[in-house]
Order: sequence, then structure tokens, then C-alpha cells
Amino acid sequence: MVLQRISKPIIYFILIAMSLFFLMPVYVMIITSLKPFDEVTLATMWQLPTTLDFSGYAEAFGKLAPNLMNSFYLVIPATLLSAILGAMNGYVLAKWKFKGADVLFTVILFGMFIPYQSILIPLIQFLREAGLYNSILGLIFVHVVYGLPITTLMFRNFYANIPDEMIESAQIDGAGFLGIFRHIMIPLSVTSFVVVAIWQFTNIWNEFLFAVTITTSDQQPVMVALQNLSGSQIVHWNVQMAGALLAALPTLLVYILLGKYFVKGLLAGSVKG
Amino acid sequence: METVKPTHLTEQTVASLSKKKRLSSDQLMAIGFILPSFILILIFVYGFIGWTGYVSFSNWNTLVPDFSFAGLKNYLFLFQDFRFQADLRNTIFFTILFIGFVIISGMGLAILLDQKIKAEPVFRNLFFFPMALSFVVTGVVWQWLLNPSTGVNLFLNKLGMNPKWYTDTNILAGFQWGKIEFGIPAALIAVVIAAVWQMTGFSLAMYLAGLRGIPDEVREAARMDGASEFLIYRKIILPLLRPITVSVIIIMAHISLKIFDLIYAMTGPGANFVTDVPGVYMFETTFRGNYYANGAAIAMIMLVSVAIFIVPYLIHSRKAER
Repeated sequence: MVLQRISKPIIYFILIAMSLFFLMPVYVMIITSLKPFDEVTLATMWQLPTTLDFSGYAEAFGKLAPNLMNSFYLVIPATLLSAILGAMNGYVLAKWKFKGADVLFTVILFGMFIPYQSILIPLIQFLREAGLYNSILGLIFVHVVYGLPITTLMFRNFYANIPDEMIESAQIDGAGFLGIFRHIMIPLSVTSFVVVAIWQFTNIWNEFLFAVTITTSDQQPVMVALQNLSGSQIVHWNVQMAGALLAALPTLLVYILLGKYFVKGLLAGSVKG
Repeated sequence: METVKPTHLTEQTVASLSKKKRLSSDQLMAIGFILPSFILILIFVYGFIGWTGYVSFSNWNTLVPDFSFAGLKNYLFLFQDFRFQADLRNTIFFTILFIGFVIISGMGLAILLDQKIKAEPVFRNLFFFPMALSFVVTGVVWQWLLNPSTGVNLFLNKLGMNPKWYTDTNILAGFQWGKIEFGIPAALIAVVIAAVWQMTGFSLAMYLAGLRGIPDEVREAARMDGASEFLIYRKIILPLLRPITVSVIIIMAHISLKIFDLIYAMTGPGANFVTDVPGVYMFETTFRGNYYANGAAIAMIMLVSVAIFIVPYLIHSRKAER
């Protein structure tokens, strides 16, 4: 008991110290983004701005606004499509197992772990041939295809938890493959759709390798544009930090508003069924 | 027109016949549901890997595709290449440090948060939030924080320390091996800090879920027997968390082996390639230098390094399920 009484303050001390470490980048991001450029000096980096100056945001938003829109045009259809395909695959692999279904599942799953560098050269050749290179449409296609393994895994694990008896009784009532999917599986998995959608939204929004290799200039999503902000000769740290915050805002908002589902997705995406 | 029902069929056989027919059409539909995805995976994952492998054995090292057979030339070039040797060294040490710290910080914080802490959700959310960010954002911010002439060094200077972070070209505990100095590149520590900051939330979530899954009775029983809290963790809890540690290691290893965006956004290859990794080299050599065959060879080596971890894990977890 004595041990317990001493250790609680120590635990709180460690947790608070770690919280400060975790918040440090956010603090610096916010204060730097609110300073005018001439106040962003090395010596005063940690000090609060003397006056609030939004010119960093104005400049960052001016530069990133088209790319932010690109990211939205990309992420919304890609998320919806990959969730639907994932649900279809997951339904079959959980409830309509055929011979070799488990092997097929593992074969699909491996696609989740490959380094995308290992498919990038033929992918770009293919997109050029298909006329999809340097287009948002091409990026949507890519994210739907390479999102298949993870969305299939997530939906399969959700559907595996729905008791088989429910399917059987629905069959006795005369429901077929599609009827069961539409009237039983989809209504039961609304939460799963939310979890998968959050997962895909976050991943596609934050993705960089496909974005930087498949698109150039005005087709680029926001992460590539943010990276390019630092490419200029004089680094305007206030603009950069404002840009980083703007680019991070959508996924941060999703996390703040739907944090519970976000963490569920995190776990569902990692723990094997 | 009403069709004439054959009278010799009882109602039961009609029912079973129609059920059989419906089942098979259902089965067809199931295959139709999954077939498009399967074909896409077959082409875009396995077919493209095969094509990359083919390119890696070709002479395509200019803008113009040249698929003539080059044998192992591209691979031999890489393993004798100063930059690639440095990349392999960096990958080894980045992976070890990154996984080590992600596990220690995630497990440590999870155990602390599991002690019936007030405001636990507040702390939990604080440690999770970097997971919502892009590696590019993380890279941009930490590049500023670990800038050697400012950032955290403003505090460290007062303590008499002045680390050079990602601009440091020292190799700790280094010795000459091949063309490179083998040892821990000091500059990598900066990148590891940023990566650990970003990914700790993941292992924390995993360990917290694991800890919450251990029934209270297990601890209670051990307490009854007079075991100290420390002993309970060492002898009971930690062994129960081992499968989670395996999962965290596998997930972090595959992230670390293919890492690209964090390093590209934060430091780039660095002086003497002290922060270069195969992902960055592949990108630059292929898409900036047009050395497609070399780039394909780097990609294939990356794939093999990931597959060594992932394939046994996938096969094992499939078996465990059955």
C-alpha cells in the first residue's frame, strides 16, 4: 500500500512529462504559424507571438487551396469505393467460403504489406497507357486497388463475428445471397463502414508516395504541395507551419470528432482475425 | 400461361430442388462479388511485382525502355554502391531503434494508463493524436524542432549540450565495412525521435487493448498469493502480452523497411547518406535519375526484406485461426 501511495504521483509526473513531449510539436506549429515572418527568428522560437498575425495562413491557404480541393476530390470517392468493395469481399470471405477461400484471403492480404516501390514502375507505365497518369482519377483508382487488402480484412473480420445462424434463418425465410447482404449484413455493419471509411480517409489523405509519383503540378494532393512549400530558397517557417496545420486539419478533425472509431480502425487494421 | 406441375414430385423434393438451384446461383454470385477484386490484386500486386522483377534484370537505365537482359548487373552494382550500402546500414539501425522505442514507450505508457488514472481519456487521446497525422507533416514539424541552431537545442544549449541532430555525420561505434562505416549514424536518432513520436500511439493502443483483455481475476489471484505489483507484471502480464508484441514488431518492421515520406520530408539523404534509406534512393534514382532497372532492383530488395517478416507471419496467423 505504501508503494502504491508513492507511485501514483510518479505515474502522473511521467504522464504529464510525456504529454508535454507529445504536445511540443503542436505548440511550436501553432505559435510559429501565428507569427509574422520577421518575428520567426531562431532565438524566439519558443516564445508566444507578440501580435497575432494571420499572413502565414493567408499565404499557405493561397498556395494550398487548390491542392486541398484535389485531396478532397481524391479521398471522398476513393474512400467510398474501397469501403464498398471491401464489404463485398469481406462478406464472401466470411460467409460464403468456397474451396481455397482461405488461401485467396492470404493472397489478398499480402498486398497490404508490400512496399509500393515494388509495383510503382509498372503502375506508372500502366497509368500512362490508360491515360490516367497525372490525374485525380488515376490516384482514385490506385488507392481503391491498393486499399482492397485492408478493407477486405477489416470487413471480413467484422462479418466473421455475425453468427452463421442469422444467415441460415434468413435463407430459410427465402433470402438469397444479395438479400442477406442488403438486408442483414449492411445494416449490421454501419459501424464497420464508419471505421473503414475513417481508416481509408486518413490513409489516403496522408499518403505521399503515390501522390508524388503519379501527379505533377496542379493535380497534386495537399501532402505533395506541403512538401514542395519547403523547396523554396528561403524557408518561411510561419507559412510552412500554417500549411502543415491546414494539411493536417481534416484528419485531425476526424480524429477529434470520431476518435473512438479511429482507434477501432487502428486495431482492426492490425490485429489478424 | 400456367405451367403444368409434374405430379410425381412431392412438395419436399420441389423445395429441396429449388433450394439447391438457389444455392448454386448464390455461390456463383459470391464468386462474382469477389472476382473483380481478385483479378485486380492478381494484376496490380503479383503481376506488377513480376514486371518489376523483370525490369530489375534489364538494361533500362535511361529514359528509353530497354528490356534486354542484364543478368544480375543491377543487383551487383547496388551491393557495391556506397549509397546503397549506407542505406542498408541505416535501415538496420533505424529499424532496431524505431521498433525498440515504439515498444518501450507504447508498453510503458499503456501500463501507466492502466493504473486507474484520473483523466485517462485525456492522456490517451494526447498520445494517440499523432497517428492521425501524415508522415509529411511530422517530417516538416520535426525538421524545425530539431534544427541544430534552434528548436530544442535552445534548451539543450543551457545544459551544455549541442547535438547536431540530422546534420550530424558521425557514425557511433563505427568500423569500416565494405565501402561504408558501419555503426549507428547519429543523424538517424533525430529521425527515430520523429517516427517514435508518430507511432507510439499505435503500440499504446495495441497494448492497452491487450491489458484491458486480461481479466481482473488473474491479478486478484496473484495479489492474494502475496505477489507484488512488479512481480505480477513481470511474471503474468508481460508474458500474456507477448502476442501483441509480436504483432507490433511485425507492423513496425514493415513500416520501417519501406519508410520513405518521413525521411524525404524531414532530412532527405543527408550528407554522406547518413539518413538515406532504400525508399528514398529508389524514388530518386528511378524518378529523378531515370535509372529504372536500378530502381526496380532496389524495390525488389525492399520487397524481399519485407516478405521475410510478413510471409511467415501471415501463414502462421492463418493457421492459428483454423
